[in-house]
Amino acid sequence: MKAVTCTIPSVRRFFLPGSGRQWAIWALAVLITLPLWAIVRTALGDSRNVWDHLVRHLMWGLLSNTFWLVLGVGVFTLLLGSSLAWLVAFRDFPGRRIFSWALALPLAMPGYVLAFVMVGLFDFTGPVQTYLRKLMGGDLPWFPSVRSRGGVIFTMTLALYPYVYLMLREAFQSLSGRTQEAAQSLGHSPVSAFLRVVLPMARPWIGASLFLVVMECLADFGTVAVFNYDTFTTAIYKAWYGLFSIEAAAQLALTLLSFVFLCAFLEHRERRRRRYHQSTRSSRAIPPPLGPRTKWLATGYAFLVLFLSVLLPMGQLLAWTLPQLSQIPSRDLLLVGRTFFLGTLAALVVVGVSLMMSFWQRRSPGTATDLGVRIATLGYAFPGSVLAVGVYLPFALLDNLLADLKISSFGDGTFQLKGTLLVMLFGYLVRFLAVGHGAVASGMERCSPQLENAAQSLGESGWGVLRRIHLPLLTPSLLAAGALTMVEVMKEMPLTLMTRPFGWDTLAVRIFELTSEGLWEQAALPALILVLVGSIPMMLASRGVRV
Amino acid sequence: MKKRFTFSLTLLLALMAVSTFNALADTHSLVVYSARNEHLIKPLFDLYSQKTGVSIRYITDKSPALIQRLKAEGPNTPADILLTVDAGNLWRAAREGLLQPVSSPALEKNIPSHLRDPQGRWFGFSVRARTIAYNTQLVDPSELTTYEDLADPKWKGRLCLRTSKKVYNQSLVAMLMAQNGEKATEEMVRGWVANLATDVFSNDTKLLEAIAAGQCQVGIVNTYYYGRLMKEKPDLPLALFWPDQDGNGVHVNVSGGGLVRHAKNEEEAVRFLEWLSTSEAQRIFADLNMEYPADPSVSPHPTVASWGSFKASSFNLSQAGELQAAAIMLMDRAGYR
Repeated sequence: MKAVTCTIPSVRRFFLPGSGRQWAIWALAVLITLPLWAIVRTALGDSRNVWDHLVRHLMWGLLSNTFWLVLGVGVFTLLLGSSLAWLVAFRDFPGRRIFSWALALPLAMPGYVLAFVMVGLFDFTGPVQTYLRKLMGGDLPWFPSVRSRGGVIFTMTLALYPYVYLMLREAFQSLSGRTQEAAQSLGHSPVSAFLRVVLPMARPWIGASLFLVVMECLADFGTVAVFNYDTFTTAIYKAWYGLFSIEAAAQLALTLLSFVFLCAFLEHRERRRRRYHQSTRSSRAIPPPLGPRTKWLATGYAFLVLFLSVLLPMGQLLAWTLPQLSQIPSRDLLLVGRTFFLGTLAALVVVGVSLMMSFWQRRSPGTATDLGVRIATLGYAFPGSVLAVGVYLPFALLDNLLADLKISSFGDGTFQLKGTLLVMLFGYLVRFLAVGHGAVASGMERCSPQLENAAQSLGESGWGVLRRIHLPLLTPSLLAAGALTMVEVMKEMPLTLMTRPFGWDTLAVRIFELTSEGLWEQAALPALILVLVGSIPMMLASRGVRV
Repeated sequence: MKKRFTFSLTLLLALMAVSTFNALADTHSLVVYSARNEHLIKPLFDLYSQKTGVSIRYITDKSPALIQRLKAEGPNTPADILLTVDAGNLWRAAREGLLQPVSSPALEKNIPSHLRDPQGRWFGFSVRARTIAYNTQLVDPSELTTYEDLADPKWKGRLCLRTSKKVYNQSLVAMLMAQNGEKATEEMVRGWVANLATDVFSNDTKLLEAIAAGQCQVGIVNTYYYGRLMKEKPDLPLALFWPDQDGNGVHVNVSGGGLVRHAKNEEEAVRFLEWLSTSEAQRIFADLNMEYPADPSVSPHPTVASWGSFKASSFNLSQAGELQAAAIMLMDRAGYR
């Protein structure tokens, strides 16, 4: 609730009448895209030999790897997320209330940690294969290799399905059982009612969540690196870190971005053709129970997913942590407060701006507005370190400009923007606006414009409409947006590393320090704490939504 | 709710102000940008502060990110010193004009010339040896000779390697390129790839475990990974072999640093770099991670010494930086992922 109420005054300040609104959204988009322009500027440089090399020797492999990753993770997150969301929303089974929020917990687990745990458990030297070898007394040629395309897709699906699950659960709950009932009363079987009526109606949520999943797959480096699975983003880092060409890295990143932009455009066109609001709020009755045997099947299925994505990795992290419990660095505990603080602050900013943008989109619909929003939310599709450079560059340039002009010098030093929390929060905003906006905007689409029109005809101002109509209807979406952003910020690594003020280490920084030296077992403790801290907002957000 | 908002806004502004002033506080302290991680470097910072009263503030990040950061900050950088964990990135920072030459008799005396920049823009402070590890039950050490020999068909299905994306392998191949020429090296890398028992690994520890478990029998690793793993599981059937002892010697890389071009406290920073080359600091620098001191007159940790002494390659590491891009392209051509 705090996330909602705190942002209201800032909304009012930005709330301009008429075409001013359009200008405001564009100004905001320009500000948020400063890093993008910084990367475009970086890309202006010669890198022909890097491109020649990549195209000749690596490009096809990278593209096909990337294609299969996106396709595989997209399809499986959709299957997993939608089936679980359907179960939780439409059918009662033992443990449903717990699963309802617990199934979102994998989001609190950083992908690279999950990846390392999976490789650690299932590789040739891991406990599973070692045990089986001992049991069967010989090699296991049939055991699938975990360091493979299948392994990456499996792991990333487990890490990312909650996006689809969370948004679809919300969608299904708002669509209510009535839609399904209506369809069934018109002769559909339950399955066909779901596939042909409910699922199509949930399109904006499916689109928005899949879009996040795709962007995450494209921009990910940490997870695929553990599997040594080469994607387009791997090539970006190779160009920068190995071939010392940040120019080529920036060019590759922009190429990737144009692809994302195309996807965004397609999703947007698809969405524009339809309207999804419901005028009434559905009843919140407990859904009908499943049959005596099927209900336990449902429980088993949900448990299996939860086990693989949360319990098993947590167990492994705990097993790694226990031997070193005697020497818990008290610093790790100190980092918790700071990590939480940064996450909360960033979530407030992101949700506030997301709300503003969604509302603007609502009040001045049109291609220009949508384009502005699309550009402003591109930060999520950048590989993290590239974006970090893009975020840092404008501030450093501004600092240099101020120093040259000697405008702001005072005392014995010069006032500098870099090294302040401002840069950090701005970076998080740019990176995670897509997450916040995705959740808020799809909630906004659910609100019927008739309500707004009615409110306005009754003399309510634009601000009043937002406060008295949208906020109450949007509360679950805002909470979800806040929780998602918070968890993402707490897991975030490259931006935090680049923009943090001296001494502002977080749990993610700690994990980076240890893992970059190959000390994965020692990183288990901060990782475990991070998952526990991250599950707090996930739980709170889920509590806000009545099941 | 308005009150709450005002409160959080005030808190935010206050914190930003505090962190700003923090960055300005006493200009007589040193600022270090370090790719060497906190737990491997902070004890040295603490000791130095204790001894001299000079406080040290630092930011850790990956080397390429720190280099971009220095570039963006230009003359306004708060940094005095850049520390990295490989020579390639130091070479890169020097070439970008981010480091300045230091001429210091102490540094030149303590650090051998092949472990520092010929122009004095960076110095290695610890040595990381990349050598061959083997399974003691499956391999007779008399079978082992050189890095090049691992390309021989007799190792088919017995070799494990880490990914070519790791800078340690890039430096190793760069060294071999300098020694044997590009063509021979490419042939050799193809041989390595043909001998692989399994897909390349993303870290040395996993590779060592695979050798111990018999998934493969030999591999190329940095010695400190071996040290850490053996400390944890002393019973593993693993040992180190020093290759090419009659020829060029074992490939070594450095963790080192240099003076930032726009450093605000040059003299203090040079004093700190000099201190890092003293035997007192050398010992801690190396021992924190079971590495070798850059100064050959300082003896390594007893555990490290117990792995035996070896002849190290005297290949100048600035060449590793220079050849790094070519080495990567060579490995890509040879299909070494």
